[in-house]
Amino acid sequence: MNEQQQSLWDFMQQQSGKLGEQTIQHVGLTFISLFIAVLIGLPLGIFITRQKQFSGPVLGIAGVLQTIPSIALLGFMIPVLGIGAKPAIAALLLYALLPIIRNTYTGIEGVDSAVKEAAVAMGMNKWQVLFKVELPLAMPVIFAGIRTATVITVGVATLASYIAAGGLGEFIFGGISLNNTNMILAGAIPAALLAILFDFLLARLQKLNLKKVKTAAATFPVLIILLASLYFIPSAYGSKLKAGFTPEFMGRQDGNLGLQTKYGLKIRTVVISDAVMYKAAYEKQLDVISGYSTDGRLEAYNLVVLKDDKGIFPPYYAAPIVRDEALKKFPELENILNLLSGKINDSIMTALNYRTDYLHQSPEKVAKDFLVSKKLWKPARDSNGEVVRIGSKIFGEQYILANMYSMLIKGYTNYDVSTKTGLGGTKICFDALTNDQIDFYPEYTGTGLLAILQPSAKTIDSVTRSRDETYNYVQSEFQKKYNIKWLKPIGFNNAYALMMRKKQANSLDIKTISNLKRYLESK
Amino acid sequence: MIKVEQLSKHFGKLKAVNEISFEVKEHENLILLGTSGCGKTTTLKMINRLIEPTHGTVFIDGKNISEQSPEILRRGIGYVLQNNGLFPHYTVAENIAIVPQLLNWDKKRTEKRALELLEKLHLSADYLNVYPNELSGGQQQRIGLARALVADPPVLLMDEPFGALDNVTRQKIHAEFKALDELKKKTIIMVTHDVQEAFELGDRICLMDAGKIIQDGTPYELLFKPVNDFVKDFLQEQRLQLEFKTIRLYDLWKWLAPRPPKGGASDFQSNEKMEVQRGLSSDVDFWSGLEHFKFGKSETINISHKEGHEVKSVNFEQLMSAFYQYKQQAHE
Repeated sequence: MNEQQQSLWDFMQQQSGKLGEQTIQHVGLTFISLFIAVLIGLPLGIFITRQKQFSGPVLGIAGVLQTIPSIALLGFMIPVLGIGAKPAIAALLLYALLPIIRNTYTGIEGVDSAVKEAAVAMGMNKWQVLFKVELPLAMPVIFAGIRTATVITVGVATLASYIAAGGLGEFIFGGISLNNTNMILAGAIPAALLAILFDFLLARLQKLNLKKVKTAAATFPVLIILLASLYFIPSAYGSKLKAGFTPEFMGRQDGNLGLQTKYGLKIRTVVISDAVMYKAAYEKQLDVISGYSTDGRLEAYNLVVLKDDKGIFPPYYAAPIVRDEALKKFPELENILNLLSGKINDSIMTALNYRTDYLHQSPEKVAKDFLVSKKLWKPARDSNGEVVRIGSKIFGEQYILANMYSMLIKGYTNYDVSTKTGLGGTKICFDALTNDQIDFYPEYTGTGLLAILQPSAKTIDSVTRSRDETYNYVQSEFQKKYNIKWLKPIGFNNAYALMMRKKQANSLDIKTISNLKRYLESK
Repeated sequence: MIKVEQLSKHFGKLKAVNEISFEVKEHENLILLGTSGCGKTTTLKMINRLIEPTHGTVFIDGKNISEQSPEILRRGIGYVLQNNGLFPHYTVAENIAIVPQLLNWDKKRTEKRALELLEKLHLSADYLNVYPNELSGGQQQRIGLARALVADPPVLLMDEPFGALDNVTRQKIHAEFKALDELKKKTIIMVTHDVQEAFELGDRICLMDAGKIIQDGTPYELLFKPVNDFVKDFLQEQRLQLEFKTIRLYDLWKWLAPRPPKGGASDFQSNEKMEVQRGLSSDVDFWSGLEHFKFGKSETINISHKEGHEVKSVNFEQLMSAFYQYKQQAHE
């Protein structure tokens, strides 16, 4: 836990270059989106005050867009716009639209009808009425809408890092995956400060506005464009191939850091969520990605794993980890969970994952089919009211495992089960376990070692030579430090791996990570 | 000057205005009177095309208004609203300058005209740089009037212009309104639901109900020659007061006993003396005549005929009795 002894301030100083870059990207993303949203939203808002029959549908659609979960919206964008800035900006601007359209509409509708009538009766044409009367009087309301949109956009822009658009989300999600509180705060605090700062500045601008409408109206677009242009300043270096790594992979010794120190690999890298990474590789948005060796999408998207010839990825054997108290409370639990031990090897797991990831079968069905085929499945018994709480991380394999455990517990005992699936990252899952929010979840030996225990480099070297050494080390350390027990390994090894499209790897003759390095350095 | 022919406005099935026709002569002040929902405001707004009619035509100065661009038409018609409709983000000066700006007047001309109007409306020039919300209701309404008059349009439309004011302020503005020389050269159509106001300010009144004009006539005609019971009932509550204000002293002339003034008709020495001798003009209404008893100290007042030189001196009882005799005759 040497990283947590380091203060947040130290971390921010040490990472100041990255922090600055991410902040600039964040501000840039926010304001490009905001600028386009104003450009679309303001005229649209004005339009629906003129053509009232459209006001319902337009506000309705903008409202529905607002309710789409941000990650889902980002996911929808990938097939259309690829990854990187374009889909992020598109998604952010869709979120910013509603407050801008709605406030423009209500602002103009709220102008005293006697004033509007007077303007018309004086002989103003419709444009004069709009620019001299309606817009100036609606301005405070419209501005309030833009402020709301700004704060929303600053917040949602943290998610842009999921699709390789950068921003402060890289630190936040990297920190969550890596169990690094300083890293989370280094992303979250600047993001919050940005939201407060922009809100404050816009509020000042708004007050100015009442007195000098024209100056402020002119300043505002200039300011937005300036801030928006920030986004295009960085990222001007290139290499032949483009890599997309998860935030977790970026910060791990057995990830990008190891690739740099042990292989000396230098590649243009973007940070991206594993939910969209495989697809992006398949659609040639990325060439090299950091995947998991049992991932079903490996098969689905025709990817190939590059051989780790220098051995930087330690074994990642999966096993349920359980709180000691839970084992005492539910005496039958350990035996039940061990039913699965040794039943799933790498290829079985990949096949199961393929069914959920590519064939889109529900994890529940996949789990049940497997248990039935292994003759482990039994119908659920009556519950005695005691509830076992299962956690899982936010990817397909963990959903399947959680479902299998749930069926086994219900079939073999009288316990009831509640599942808390989709916990976003190692830190969240592990914190849930230590804080008595869940009773167990499936974890990987490598993750337990590197993300949770974080021992010295020397220890890591000595315990990662074989699968059993790693398992034994994490088992004894977890018992000592956290009173958490590692049950028997399930059987498969879901290690980190670098992957490429099969076709590209073949044509470039890249089979190992060293091959990749040699190719990148050749002219 | 303004001619309305067969004008209708339907809102769905509702006939808000139903085939009405009337005419307003130049410099005349026509009142559209009626309860809310009778169609009077709709009628008014069809004259500057704030509302487009379903059928019918309006001519101003012989020209069909539907053949003119609505913006150009409106710049030539002053419009005063009940809630003044001043732009809250404009100063008084900017508010007054709206129409001149649309007509591309130069700044000096606009400024001069604004100052001139403020003076006529008894407002200090200090108000020019003040925002409307810093003014009282009466002051706002005067600025609204100034804004409508600034480009000196021949026609003025007024939609319940004094409706939002308290009684005292309204009385004051009524007096100013009648005295304002600018308005004497205007053809005015005013909408009101206030019977007193209609009788006080109107040369002619159109009493409307359910989209129709029930009676179009002078205040005198409405009072003493109502076409039906609706007109009669409409005025019933305030009849006495209306009569007091409608009947002029010369209407009563023949019932007033002749009584030569003291000193004889040949004795006029100075203008000042003559004023005292001549007393009240017979052109004033009966109400003002009564007020003279209230404020004056004498038992009798002198009334001089508006055309001739004849002067009559009457006391309160004589005046009242003449009034009742007149009424009796009018109703016969």
